[in-house]
Amino acid sequence: MALPSTTLRKTVLNETHRRMGARMVEFGGWDMPVEYSGIVPEHMAVRTRVGIFDVSHMGEVEVRGKNALSLLQSLTCNDVARLQIGQAHYTGLMNERGGMVDDLLVHRLGEEEYFLCVNASRREADFGWITSHNQHGADVRNASDDYTQLAIQGPRSLAVLQPLTDVQLAELKYYWFTRGTVCGVESIVARTGYTGEDGFEIYFAVSESERIWNTILDAGKAEGILPCGLGARNTLRLEAGMLLYGHEMNEDVTPLEVNLRWVVKLEKGPFLGREVLLRQAEQGVQRSLAAFEMRDRGIARDDAPVLLGDKVIGKVTSGSYVPFLKKSIGFAMLPPEHAAVGSRITIDIRGTRAAAEIVPAPIYRRPKQKS
Amino acid sequence: MTYPSKFRYTDQHEWVELNGNTATIGITDHAQHQLGDIVFLDLPKVGDAVVAGKPCGTVESVKAVSDIFSPITGSVTAVNSDLIEKPEWINQDPHGKAWMIRVALSAPAPVEKLFTAEQYEEYVRQETAE
Repeated sequence: MALPSTTLRKTVLNETHRRMGARMVEFGGWDMPVEYSGIVPEHMAVRTRVGIFDVSHMGEVEVRGKNALSLLQSLTCNDVARLQIGQAHYTGLMNERGGMVDDLLVHRLGEEEYFLCVNASRREADFGWITSHNQHGADVRNASDDYTQLAIQGPRSLAVLQPLTDVQLAELKYYWFTRGTVCGVESIVARTGYTGEDGFEIYFAVSESERIWNTILDAGKAEGILPCGLGARNTLRLEAGMLLYGHEMNEDVTPLEVNLRWVVKLEKGPFLGREVLLRQAEQGVQRSLAAFEMRDRGIARDDAPVLLGDKVIGKVTSGSYVPFLKKSIGFAMLPPEHAAVGSRITIDIRGTRAAAEIVPAPIYRRPKQKS
Repeated sequence: MTYPSKFRYTDQHEWVELNGNTATIGITDHAQHQLGDIVFLDLPKVGDAVVAGKPCGTVESVKAVSDIFSPITGSVTAVNSDLIEKPEWINQDPHGKAWMIRVALSAPAPVEKLFTAEQYEEYVRQETAE
């Protein structure tokens, strides 16, 4: 049977990426650059200098008006009431089973005004979920197509971006954001990222995207900036111990099963899935995510089975070689008794058994900034 | 990149240098370019049998794993162990110091199924155009 052809979605910078020679791939329904100069040089640029990513495929949802807070409180596991204006946090959008509809960032723009940054593949699901639970009458808008999002990441990101913005970047704390201009264009500038490095994520209206992209690349030339694709974005986040929706998380996985206890605020009051999480917090989880490093040669890829004897006891959720540490690492979902640091596990890599060891996450931690 | 005329090539992007009863095998420049930065290599051991058209090892870039298909049938007489330590040589010199294994043929090489350099270049051109 011939399936209907699906048209891949494109960010406004799609032509720019192609012109610059990026290798394009399909990702979550989007036609996105996977690499420009190569995953290794791009990864290293972000760890040692600076890189820029077009992450406009990420979705934005605006939640505002009376009851915006109570709507978000009822659907997410972190405590939105703790957010000050100008502050953001990482959280889970929950279902009644304690599973995660998505993982996302919630930014508090104003008194009852929030801006959510959600996964590309979950844009519609999240928006549908939030609106279907909006008995509170908050104003919820899927603003995903209105924004270009760029991530400027790496130890030199502040030096590159500062001359182009009126925001005092050094005063912006980690997980805080502000409105300002970038290259003269109204933007939201947030000190957030998905690489384990210092850096910024900027959001602005799509119209001048190419000019801003090019201006930042030019400004970063002396610092050795590289345009980076989703390949390096994945190896960077994995090395830095960050989770990826659809791999470590899904609608059947709870935050407590993937070491996200720190974003679960059980004491904040009722929210979807809280009873399940309360029970798991008391009784423990049946499975647990753990970071591993290969001890035998080989690279354990996504979905590789974890074996105990001949029995499959878990699976690799993400696995890759990571270029900065030059190691083969990953995450695996395991029975809790096999997930403790120091445990040895056996991974079936395409028919060959290879040993790995559970290690503390994150495997890479950036050196403390000298200020 | 020019493809050495002394090699024959497979449609899976391996090259083979035939020298009497011996063959040397590697992957092509086009293959390494498609794979990107190569970080891991798994090869058979000396004495292992390899079979024409069947996988005889794997090569992995950061993003993907690919099988290496043996162009010929025989037994492995030498393995480039330096290459296992330095798989990045495959990106740097795929047709030279990144040779992978040497094989003593136990059956005639299926020369009629292998591309000449000219044919391979044309094959790559068509594949890339698709």
